Amino acid sequence: MLAVALLTLTARVDRPTPLAADEKPPGTTVEVKIDNFSFVPAALTVRAGTTVRWVNHDDIPHNIVSSGTKDLKSPVLDTDETFDFTFKQPGEYLYFCGIHPRMTGKIVVQ
Amino acid sequence: MARQRRDGFSQTKDADGVDRRGFLKCMAWAGTGALLVVKGGVASSYSLSDAVGLAAAEAGELSFIQISDSHMGFDKAANPDVVATLQVAVDRINAAPLRPEFLLHTGDISHLSKSTEFDTVEQMLKGAKAGQEFYVPGEHDVLGDDGKQYLDRFGKGSAGGGWYSFNHKGVHFVGLVNVLNLKAGGLGALGADQLSWLENDVKALASSVPVVVFAHIPLWSVYPDWGWGTDDSAQALALLKRFGSVTVLNGHIHQTMQKVEGNVTFHTACSTAFPQPHPGAAPSPGPMKVPGDQLRSLLGLTSVKYVEGQHSLGIIDSSLA
Repeated sequence: MLAVALLTLTARVDRPTPLAADEKPPGTTVEVKIDNFSFVPAALTVRAGTTVRWVNHDDIPHNIVSSGTKDLKSPVLDTDETFDFTFKQPGEYLYFCGIHPRMTGKIVVQ
Repeated sequence: MARQRRDGFSQTKDADGVDRRGFLKCMAWAGTGALLVVKGGVASSYSLSDAVGLAAAEAGELSFIQISDSHMGFDKAANPDVVATLQVAVDRINAAPLRPEFLLHTGDISHLSKSTEFDTVEQMLKGAKAGQEFYVPGEHDVLGDDGKQYLDRFGKGSAGGGWYSFNHKGVHFVGLVNVLNLKAGGLGALGADQLSWLENDVKALASSVPVVVFAHIPLWSVYPDWGWGTDDSAQALALLKRFGSVTVLNGHIHQTMQKVEGNVTFHTACSTAFPQPHPGAAPSPGPMKVPGDQLRSLLGLTSVKYVEGQHSLGIIDSSLA
């Protein structure tokens, strides 16, 4: 009985696929720059558990607002202000700047 | 009053009667204080000395000021003192021979939708000797609360997101809001509720009534890549198509620009806070830093004059230099 339980426990341990060359391990912080009315990079893939930090380098405030089904919302960020969000749930997070809606981006969480 | 032409206008006219080459020359002069009068789709230019002759207020004349993009609270390199430059604009209004009947502020009153920022602009504009102040919000005025604070402060008598209309000396004024419920990847937006309200609002007006529409983001496609346009403005303009004289006053782009399309004259005003680059002339539409002694020449306000029964509005842009 104990052996079966141990076997089951072992079988349920995740074996993660190897990280791609440009991926950071979960638990790290990855930066998205807001520069010249753009999110840079506009598309970013991270592992669940990663924190993304947006940093506003423009002389104009911006924010991050979800445009998809996943919750994501920052306060208004003035110049040099930052917003951190730790992505625990996998999925595709589409967002835009609520003040300048032409600015769009996405975070893909694996 | 003699009409003094600064330059020879081409005699060729397009099918709609607009002398485009001459009109473009007028646009170049706008920043130096030339008086541009649009009458029946034809643009004529008057030198400023002649414009003084127009200064006396007569019965049946309406004169008002469009002021825009004060961005109270902005303090970055492009202009560390937006209070000072707004005060220059107020001083200009008070120094003019003609007292305006009211001020129209076409939005971005505040920079960060802060209560103190709204307070400061309201107080300063009350120092301008004008009868009344009317406002529409810019995207900087509705941050974080979908415009609730803006509405509490400026929304009395308005519908929905703060749109409204009023009549003055036979002219119908409509204040529209195109900075709420913006969609990802989109431009400015009026929305179905507001369009429905507008249809109802102008329904009973005779087509001979001059209409002035004011809203923050341009209601024509100035430069979509930079968000300089409104997704559903065509629907609003369709509702106004039957009117003999429509003037659309906008802000948002922090530079003067003008376009005539049939009976509709579109005009954008300068900011009193900081300039922005010409479309595509920079990587983005952010605040444009210029040498300190040039700043005021790129900021400005607009004086608008309507003479009853003429269906023409005179629009003068002047800088703060």
